[in-house]
Amino acid sequence: MSRVGRNIHVSVDRLRQLANREGRPRRITADAGTCPKCDSHYSADEMRRNLRVCPACGHHFPVTARERMEQLGEPGGYVELWPELRASDPLQFTDLKPYTERIVDAEKSTGMGEAIVCAELQVRHQPAVAAVMDFSFMGGSMGAVVGEKFARACDHAAQKGLPLIVVAASGGARMQEGTLALMQMAKTVIALDALAEARVPVVVVLAHPTTGGVWASFASLGDVTYAEPGALIAFSGPRVIEETTREVLPEDFGRAEAQLRNGQVDAVVDRRELAERIGRVLHILARPPGTAGSTAAPALQWAQGGAQRVGGAVQALPTLPRKMMDRMRPGSTDGEDSGETPA
Amino acid sequence: MTDRKQAGRLRKVTDKVRRGQEPAEDDLWERVQLARHAERPYTLDYINRLCTDFEELHGDRYFADDAALVAGFGRYHDTPVAFIGQQKGRDTNERTYRNFGMAGPEGYRKAMRVMEIANRLGMPVVTLIDTPGAFPGASAEERGQGGAISRSIQMMWRLDVPTVAVVIGEGSSGGALGLGVADRVLMLENSTYSVISPEGASAILWRDASKAKLAAQAFKPTAANCYRWGVVDAVVPEPEGGAHTDHEQAAEILDQYLSRSLVELAAMPPAERRRARRERFRKLGPLRDPEGGMGMATGRETPPPG
Repeated sequence: MSRVGRNIHVSVDRLRQLANREGRPRRITADAGTCPKCDSHYSADEMRRNLRVCPACGHHFPVTARERMEQLGEPGGYVELWPELRASDPLQFTDLKPYTERIVDAEKSTGMGEAIVCAELQVRHQPAVAAVMDFSFMGGSMGAVVGEKFARACDHAAQKGLPLIVVAASGGARMQEGTLALMQMAKTVIALDALAEARVPVVVVLAHPTTGGVWASFASLGDVTYAEPGALIAFSGPRVIEETTREVLPEDFGRAEAQLRNGQVDAVVDRRELAERIGRVLHILARPPGTAGSTAAPALQWAQGGAQRVGGAVQALPTLPRKMMDRMRPGSTDGEDSGETPA
Repeated sequence: MTDRKQAGRLRKVTDKVRRGQEPAEDDLWERVQLARHAERPYTLDYINRLCTDFEELHGDRYFADDAALVAGFGRYHDTPVAFIGQQKGRDTNERTYRNFGMAGPEGYRKAMRVMEIANRLGMPVVTLIDTPGAFPGASAEERGQGGAISRSIQMMWRLDVPTVAVVIGEGSSGGALGLGVADRVLMLENSTYSVISPEGASAILWRDASKAKLAAQAFKPTAANCYRWGVVDAVVPEPEGGAHTDHEQAAEILDQYLSRSLVELAAMPPAERRRARRERFRKLGPLRDPEGGMGMATGRETPPPG
């Protein structure tokens, strides 16, 4: 067809009309700014402002790790941690080209050092440590550097008593690092326990795609797990399953919406609401001042001093049985007294 | 075979491994074939020879029983030990029944169930790894294959009791690692341990399923290499000609390594064991720090930093 590849000017409305028609002719060259679902086209600036979500149909484009940090964080940005770590080539691995070449190519094309960026940032005023994966760097695959940076992010968050936000976008373990890449699954899962000991929560966001060894390690261990619309979330991808078992898979196999039905994620959250949603859940989970790292239930704080803050509302609450009140007295807890007088 | 004779032979094999003789290129594919040999002893073959008595448990108590993974308690050297491992089948019927040793989420949940009991009752956990990978199927995904493996990894790391993992045949992908986070990881001489099966890798990296041989050469998943990378702690020799030639002897040699590991581990306080377990996995994976030079690499080949 001679029309293919010719540049013409088409309004977004017109394109949306076309989107509903079967077998419509494609009239503009698709590029990174073209929505694969509805063919709407956006400038680079529009893309950035729309958080790389198509305003016409809600399609979620991939986001680089650094742009994701800016989307989640507040103005003033973020402090990147350990950007200097680089992969080595323990196997002297070569498939279609040497691994060392692949790393150099990935560094050049993405401007990143590895497939994960760790940083300290504030999400809607809630301080946190974030570990964000980048699918554009070798498919977001997890090798020794991704494992190490993730483990350090866990330690860092635990040490500072901050919650950890993980944004996963990865094809799985990095084949080119062989058995040692497999071991990163163990390393990251073990590292997560530092947060459990520090009693801080982990919020995981599953972006498209989260598969293989990443889904089968830290990405499936979030305390709260959100998925972006349409994200593929699976241990084995559809291609592998179809080849191995000759099953015919449903259209939405492994997609975020299906995984919500399967009970594998807590919610499917649109990217435009993601920062708000994370900020909200971190706010809910934030401990009253002075109780960080303690095993004592925060409810004790509330009973001791927090009720004053609730003001009039407290009067409407039923009186607690005497036995329960006794248990809540400061002397009976192992936490510190907040210094406030009981209400 | 007398003890002395056997000890000499063991030394010979271990020396060979220590010297790190790189198998020839063709040899690597042969290793993969050997690790999958149809006559090779499988998990239950070892369990039945190691234990004087074994009680297999069934079911994950949530959904189903997974025949691809066996778990239960055995009497080993007159002590209770939990044994867990993927089980392959020998003939067509049995292979189908065992799902080719590819466990689904139910399998890993059954494993976790047994680990929890072992931890509560204070008995060591021994895992035997022999799988081409966790089962890739739509139903497994729906029931949380990823989460089952990650939780199994997490549970193994959290155990207070001594743990030993043994790669007895094929150890591929997260399906293998789901049982692989232990205080000591042993590997049989002719077994393989890799991030993915050669077939899987050839389909993904070469986009051509016939390049499995090339993939095996690229991954170099042999016991000697895994020992060098620090992934396994010891290489368990096999009878002359491979474990498939003599199941009795293969089990006898494994018994020596296994019992020694368990005795060593039992002498450590639980907190110390867990700290060492954490360190063991934490240091795996060489890094390069362009600003700090090459000093961050780990593994047995690495010269001390400085």
